[in-house]
Amino acid sequence: MIEIRNLHAEIDGKQIINGLSLTVQNGEVAAIMGPNGSGKSTLSYVISGRDGYEVTGGEILLNGENILEMNAAERAAHGVFLAFQYPLEIPGVTTMTFLKACLNAQRKSRGEAELSTPDFMKRVKAGAEKLGVPQDMLRRALNVGFSGGEKKRMEVLQMSLLEPSFAILDETDSGLDIDALRIVSEGVNALRDPKRSFLVITHYQRLLDYIVPDTVHVMSKGQIVKTGPKELALELEANGYRDYVGEAA
Amino acid sequence: MAAVQETVDRVKSVDVDAYKYGFVSDIESEKAPKGLNEDIVRFISAKKNEPEWLTQWRLEAYRLWLTMREPDWARVDYPKIDFQDIYYYSAPKSTPGPKNLDEVDPELLRIYEKLGIPLREQEVLAGVQERRVAVDAVFDSVSVATTFKAELAKAGVIFCPISEAVHTHPELVKKYLGSVVPVSDNYYAALNSAVFSDGSFVYIPPGVRCPMELSTYFRINEQNTGQFERTLIIADKGSYVSYLEGCTAPKRDENQLHAAVVELVTHDDAEIKYSTVQNWYPGDADGKGGIYNFVTKRGDCRGDRSKISWTQVETGSAITWKYPSCILRGDESRGEFYSIAISNGRQQVDSGTKMIHLGKNTTSRIISKGISAGHSNNTYRGQVLAQKRATNARNFTNCDSLLIGETCGAHTIPYIEAKNASAVFEHEATTSKISEDQLFYCMQRGLSAEEATALIVNGFVRDVLQQLPMEFAVEAQKLISISLEGSVG
Ligand SMILES: Nc1ncnc2c1ncn2[C@@H]1O[C@H](COP(=O)(O)OP(=O)(O)OP(=O)(O)O)[C@@H](O)[C@H]1O
Ligand SMILES: [Mg+2]
Repeated sequence: MIEIRNLHAEIDGKQIINGLSLTVQNGEVAAIMGPNGSGKSTLSYVISGRDGYEVTGGEILLNGENILEMNAAERAAHGVFLAFQYPLEIPGVTTMTFLKACLNAQRKSRGEAELSTPDFMKRVKAGAEKLGVPQDMLRRALNVGFSGGEKKRMEVLQMSLLEPSFAILDETDSGLDIDALRIVSEGVNALRDPKRSFLVITHYQRLLDYIVPDTVHVMSKGQIVKTGPKELALELEANGYRDYVGEAA
Repeated sequence: MAAVQETVDRVKSVDVDAYKYGFVSDIESEKAPKGLNEDIVRFISAKKNEPEWLTQWRLEAYRLWLTMREPDWARVDYPKIDFQDIYYYSAPKSTPGPKNLDEVDPELLRIYEKLGIPLREQEVLAGVQERRVAVDAVFDSVSVATTFKAELAKAGVIFCPISEAVHTHPELVKKYLGSVVPVSDNYYAALNSAVFSDGSFVYIPPGVRCPMELSTYFRINEQNTGQFERTLIIADKGSYVSYLEGCTAPKRDENQLHAAVVELVTHDDAEIKYSTVQNWYPGDADGKGGIYNFVTKRGDCRGDRSKISWTQVETGSAITWKYPSCILRGDESRGEFYSIAISNGRQQVDSGTKMIHLGKNTTSRIISKGISAGHSNNTYRGQVLAQKRATNARNFTNCDSLLIGETCGAHTIPYIEAKNASAVFEHEATTSKISEDQLFYCMQRGLSAEEATALIVNGFVRDVLQQLPMEFAVEAQKLISISLEGSVG
C-alpha cells in the first residue's frame, strides 16, 4: 500500500507537485489521467526517488514505511517499480546481463541469496514467453534498436521478474499495437495480487478496457482534482478534462 | 554475466585504498649509482655479461640520445624529468640470474603470489586453471623466473629473458633487435636502447602454433628506479603466438619512469596477438606520484598475409604516452588495434596507434574506447597512412569516448593520409556521457550508482573486452571498476 500525503515537490526550483494526496491499497489498481504537463511523470519520479526532484513537503509511505530518505536503488529493493514512459538504452549490456544484475542487486540488498544462473534463466525464459518477447532479444543490448512497443514489453518483463509491491506504469500503452496492448495487459493482470498495488498512468480508456482499474484519479497542475470509479474514465473520454481543470490548463 | 556480477561485487568490496598492488616489498637490491653516463651504460652491459657488439650498440644509442630532445607534442603536462636523478639498474640481490625457482628468493615468490601470478609450475598444473600460461616475471631490472620453459622447448618455442637470449641465441637477437624500432626512432626508444635492463624474448619457429599463452609480468619495486624493459617477439613463417603483458608498481610519492620498447616481427602467414593490461600506479587523487609510462611498441608485418593484433587495457600510470603500431609491409598483411584507456583522478593519457600501409591489399582495424572521469584528460591520437605502393589499403577506425562527470576531458586527434588513390579509410568517432537518465534507470531497477556506472562502462568497452583472452578479460573488467572508484557522486 502506498500513501501519499500533501506532497509538494519541485525540479530546478520549479514547483510541479502542489499538495498531492493519494492512497493505493494493497490489491488495488488505480489509474491516473490528466492533461499533458500536469505532473504525472514527475510524480512517478518523485515516488521512485530520482535525484534532483526535491520534496519540499508531505510524505510518502510504502506499507507504512517512510521512503523519502531512501535513494532510488533502496526504494527499488523495497518494492517500488517504475515502467518508464521512455525506457533508456544501455549499449553493450545484454538484456540478460542487465536483468540478472538488477535482480541480484535487489535480492542482496534485502539480505536474500542470489539466484543461481539456471534458476534465473528459467524465470526469464518463462516471463519472456508469456509476454511474447523473443529469446534472441534477451541477448541483444538492452533496448538498443528495440521498437517503441518492444521497449514497453521489456519494461513489463522487468516488472514481472522483479515482483515489486508497488508498480507505476507510465503510459505503458503508448506505442503498443493492438495485439501487444492485449498481451502486455494480460501480463500486468497476471501480476495483480492482494499484496500488490498499481498506479497506471494513461491518456486512453482503451488500456483500461484491459487493465480494469478499481479507482480513477484526475490530475491537474500537480494535484489530484477528482477521484471516482472506473466509469470516470469513460466520462473523461467523452467530455475531456474541462469539468475538472481550470481554463489555464 | 558472471563477470559483470564479479565487477559489481568488486566495486562493492573496494575500500578507500583502491590500488591494491601498492605495497612496497622489502627486498635487498643491488643498484648502479644514480644518474646516466657512458660508465653506467658499460656497467649495465657488464652486469649482464654482454658481448662487445651489444655494449657498442648501447653506447651508440646513448650518444644519439644525448643529441635528441624530449618530445613535447603530446597532450600531457608534467614537470621536467631529471634524468640524472634516476637509478638505471636495480636487481634483487639474492638472485643474480636464478637457474630455477628453487634459487629464487622465497620473498620474491611471495610477492608474485600476492600479485596473483603463478610462478610455480606444479601449482599451475595442479590448479583449477584450465588454460596454462607460461610466465616470465621481471622485477625491477631483471627477470626472476620463467615458467614452462622445458615444455615450450619441446615445441621449439624459445621464451626466455632477453638477457639470456643474448647468450643462447645471439644470432636471432643480433638480427632482430632494433630492426622494428630503430635506436634513432624517438627520445625514449634511444634511452631504452642505451640502458634497457630485461624483458622477454620469444621466437616461434616456422609452422608452430605456440602450445600455450605466453605472459610477462613487470613489477617496479625500487624507489627512484626507472624500468626500461625490452621485449622482442618473432613469429616465423606460418606460426602463431598469443602474448600477454601485465604491469604493477608500488605506491610511491615520487614519479617513476617506465620507458619500454616492444618489437614484434611476423613473417609470411604468421600471427602475433599481443595483449596488455597496464596497471601501473596512477598516483593519488591530487596527482602525487605515479608512473610516467613512455613506451614504444611496434609490430612489423614483414611477411605476406601476416597479422599483428594489439589489445590494450590501460588503467594505470600518471602519464601514458603510448602508440602501439603496425607496419603493414607484407602484401595482404593485417594490423589490428583494440584499446580501452581509462583515466581518473589527475591521470593524463595520450595514446593511440599508427597503421602504416606499405604492401598491397593490406587491411587495418582500430577500435578505441576512451573513458575519462575525475579531473583526467584522455586523448586518442592515431595515424593511418597508405604509401604509394599500397594499392587497395583498407582501414576502419572507430573511436568512442565516454565522459563521467563534468571535470574531465576527451580528445580525438586522427591523422589520415592516402598517397595511393585506391585506399579506402573509414573513420567514426563519438563522444558521449553517462546520462543522468541512464543512471536513474539503472538505479530504479536496484543498482547503486557505482554498480550502474560499472555496468554502463562495461557495456561501452564490450567490443574490445571480447578481444582479450578470457582470463584477462575478467581481470580487465575488475580493473575497470577499480579505476573508476569514486568517479560517481
Ligand atoms: N527539469 C524541469 N525544469 C522545469 N520544468 C520541468 C522540468 N521537468 C519537467 N518540468 C515541467 O513539469 C511539468 C510536468 O511534467 P510531466 O512530465 O510530469 O507531465 P506529464 O503529466 O507526465 O505529461 P505527459 O502527459 O505529456 O507525459 C511540465 O510542465 C514540464 O515542462
Ligand atoms: Mg508523462
